[in-house]
Amino acid sequence: MDIILENLTKKYGYQKAVDNISFHVKTGEVLGFLGPNGAGKTTTMKILAGLLAPNEGDARIGNFSVKENPDEIKRVIGYLPENNPLYLEMPVIDYLDFSASIQGMPKEKIGGRIREMIRICGLNAEKHKKIGELSKGYRQRVGLAQAMIHDPQVLILDEPTTGLDPNQIVEIRRLIKELGKEKTVILSTHILPEVEATCDRILIISKGKIVADGTSENLRKQSQGRELLRIRIEDGERNEIIRQLQQLDQVGLVDPVRGIDSCYEVQSRSKFSNRRAIFQLCVKNNWILTEMTPVETKLEDLFRDLTIN
Amino acid sequence: MNKIWILAKRELSTFFDSLTAYIILVAFLGLSGLFTWIYGADIFMRNQADLQVFFNIAYWTLFFFIPAITMRTLAEENKSGTIELLLTKAVTDWQVVAGKFLACLLLVIIALALTLPYYITVWKLGPVDHGAVWAGYLGLILMAATYSSIGIYTSSITNNQIVAFLLALLIGVFFHVIFEFLGSNFTGTIGGIFNYLSLGTHFESISRGVIDSKDLVYFFSLIFLGLVLAETSLSKRNLAD
Repeated sequence: MDIILENLTKKYGYQKAVDNISFHVKTGEVLGFLGPNGAGKTTTMKILAGLLAPNEGDARIGNFSVKENPDEIKRVIGYLPENNPLYLEMPVIDYLDFSASIQGMPKEKIGGRIREMIRICGLNAEKHKKIGELSKGYRQRVGLAQAMIHDPQVLILDEPTTGLDPNQIVEIRRLIKELGKEKTVILSTHILPEVEATCDRILIISKGKIVADGTSENLRKQSQGRELLRIRIEDGERNEIIRQLQQLDQVGLVDPVRGIDSCYEVQSRSKFSNRRAIFQLCVKNNWILTEMTPVETKLEDLFRDLTIN
Repeated sequence: MNKIWILAKRELSTFFDSLTAYIILVAFLGLSGLFTWIYGADIFMRNQADLQVFFNIAYWTLFFFIPAITMRTLAEENKSGTIELLLTKAVTDWQVVAGKFLACLLLVIIALALTLPYYITVWKLGPVDHGAVWAGYLGLILMAATYSSIGIYTSSITNNQIVAFLLALLIGVFFHVIFEFLGSNFTGTIGGIFNYLSLGTHFESISRGVIDSKDLVYFFSLIFLGLVLAETSLSKRNLAD
């Protein structure tokens, strides 16, 4: 099922938490929702989950609108809220049973489904404990299990991997990726490598507005459009090298790396690659090129660029 | 209906898991047993084979215990945030409220069922007016339902259980005592209105064995009002203001 947001606006008092957001997530897509604290991620997800009503615009899941068919939407989504609230006094297995039956699952299917979720989420050793006795990571797994128990077409996960240990994070990411092949997944996170590892598409919002939208490679290119190389040239005179490099057509900016002799950072002009030109220049002058490393723009930098003004 | 039952079952198991239910049951049976059989103007002083004494005691004990049962229902969910999870499941706000209400009422009915030995004892002691006993129980259940719905409403508007408890008692005390007092101090139409609003008036007429539709209307409209208010306060989050 597709998720379509159209000019969605939500105000708290005078403050616009979500400001005229529109996007479209297709079935089989995992969308990473990024943004600094208070950017409107959680609000958007709450609207999608039918918890809040938008002031303007609409959000649709499949053919259902959050305004007109909230009850149908609740049946097709699985939602993991931000702080993962759970009934602490309930045993894990009873809680999963409750979640499944409240979503209208037929009784005869519930048992098998609970066993499956317990296996997938690695809860087997803890299944008879009360949720309140579990550690944060295990609670998070229970939260994920309850969101997925009724096999929803759309998963809305607000920070799904907080509190998990590294092994479990890898597991859960793999699970989300797996699920994302047939289902539609929106997940929010602060952890940037996580988005790259799990998401097909990244959406960065800041102050309630979308500031970037695309795959992680796309976003990198979009923000820089330039290639950054770190090169090391030996047997040459420093100033001469810099002068000659700067004269190349493709080269935009040359920066000697401080502290390391014969090391330079070279930025290409937009949409050019300067590797071949640099190599040929070295050959012509008989310089020895001992290192040429492309420097990747980090998603972190991009995130900072876009969300700090 | 099925969903309401699932919700009520979970709520009820929470009562028993968290010891609330046992404490309520023990305290209710202890207090009402003490005053019915042992202490004060008990059943033996009355020299009559009926449960009027018990009904009068229960009329007060339930008044205090019901807010204690209802106070956590929604306030706790509001506080811990589980309400978010519950409301995004395939249930309507109305079903949530009705499920909580049903669970509270069932707990009270369990408590009352445990007093049936009183009935059997009195029956062995002398000729009992069975109709009056059952009517008395019906009166208590209707009263319990009324205070439960008020309690669930007060629990829905706060995330603090103590506030919910005290607010439920505050509203309850009007129906329990204050309207009756005002009714006896005013004459004419105003007095009549206060008398009608007083829960005691209707409880007494039912527990005497007279089941009048006027009294039933009174109880059912209060129950309905409380539940509707609770539902309204749940769905307030959804208002696009």
